[in-house]
Amino acid sequence: MAKAKNSKKSKSKEIKGQLGKKKATAREKMIGQTIGYRYDVNLLPDYSRLTPFLKKYIEAMGWDDLNWLEDVHMGYEEDRPAVFDRNANGWVTIPSKIKLPNNQQDRDMIARELLVKFQMSPNHPLVDLKKAYLKF
Amino acid sequence: MANLKTSDKKTKAQTMGLHSEVLTGKTQQKFFNPDEAENFYYFGTYDVDFNKRTEIDVKNMECREANKKIDDLMKEGFGTIVIRNPQGKHSLGVGILNKLNLIFEGSLGYFGCGSMDGPIVRINGRVGWSCAENMMAGKVVIEKNAGSCFGAAIRGGDLICKGSVGARTGIDQKGGTIIIGGDAGAFTGFMMQRGRIIILGDVGINLGDSMYDGTIFVGGKIGSFGSDAVESELLDSDIDWLKRKLKVAEIGENFDVSKMTKVVAGKKLWNYDALEPTEKKGAI
Repeated sequence: MAKAKNSKKSKSKEIKGQLGKKKATAREKMIGQTIGYRYDVNLLPDYSRLTPFLKKYIEAMGWDDLNWLEDVHMGYEEDRPAVFDRNANGWVTIPSKIKLPNNQQDRDMIARELLVKFQMSPNHPLVDLKKAYLKF
Repeated sequence: MANLKTSDKKTKAQTMGLHSEVLTGKTQQKFFNPDEAENFYYFGTYDVDFNKRTEIDVKNMECREANKKIDDLMKEGFGTIVIRNPQGKHSLGVGILNKLNLIFEGSLGYFGCGSMDGPIVRINGRVGWSCAENMMAGKVVIEKNAGSCFGAAIRGGDLICKGSVGARTGIDQKGGTIIIGGDAGAFTGFMMQRGRIIILGDVGINLGDSMYDGTIFVGGKIGSFGSDAVESELLDSDIDWLKRKLKVAEIGENFDVSKMTKVVAGKKLWNYDALEPTEKKGAI
């Protein structure tokens, strides 16, 4: 995964107002729908952009495709790029040293890889909860 | 009401902030390390081998006993487990959070394979109500028909029925893909919030009623659209993805996906905007 050499932050234009009232993006015009989130939750993954880690993960699990990761996208929390972890019910912020590409397909692949690494880590918050509350 | 005494002693979960967190700002960056070692399985799950195969006969077992037996076999490293004589028992194969090949030689009752996260399941028979309810990840293939509420509230993974399914398929779906080789009943995709449903046959009345988001693809006739469900244009990316998914599902490989109808939310029911209730009242 590429890492940033300098920490230049790209200026993101914040759009305020009600859903459907903002100026339509090219993607919204193409799909004929308003994207209510700041990213397209219905975007189908481009399998030509799979990272080597994700390829290994799919193979290890015995699946034919991304399976549950098809629903994982890079979102934002408090104006910082983040990915939602459904197991911990919270956003995991993307470390600032990771340089993010401009298109959502590549950003989503990075989000998927980081989420798998986070969920399978022995440092995941659920590991302590499991130790404390596991019944059987 | 009884007096509840609070203890000063904090549990580890409380010190981690998991009891006092608010709905926004639940960043967990402090736990995250991008240079984490390559690990594809949840902490504490069993290391199983797909090539290590075994069979169990559950004819004279209660569902709890059968599910415990599956767990014990995974603990021993068996990665492929064949279940003989399920005989329509309810709640079989639930809560499996491991990679596993699970094969049922027969039909399941209600709530089969619910809340699972990871396994590949093949059911050589039929399934009752709410099959794979709350499924998180993995793949479930049903060779025959399924009852109502098929894939209720699923959050991820692929759920495939090669036959037909009952009413309210994908009710409250929050992710994942449901694929149906035959027909689907009324209220398919009722209140779905995310994910995708593919129906190669016909579908009943009120398709996608009150859906908030997600996508439904229908190959046959549609009984009627539900409230706020609208037809949308089928894109090239949809066609590519549909072809890939049908190949994964082992059905409809020669099906002409370019003629499918794509149904999405009209978003007229959306009311989660940035305004506070008092501000909204003023605006109206």
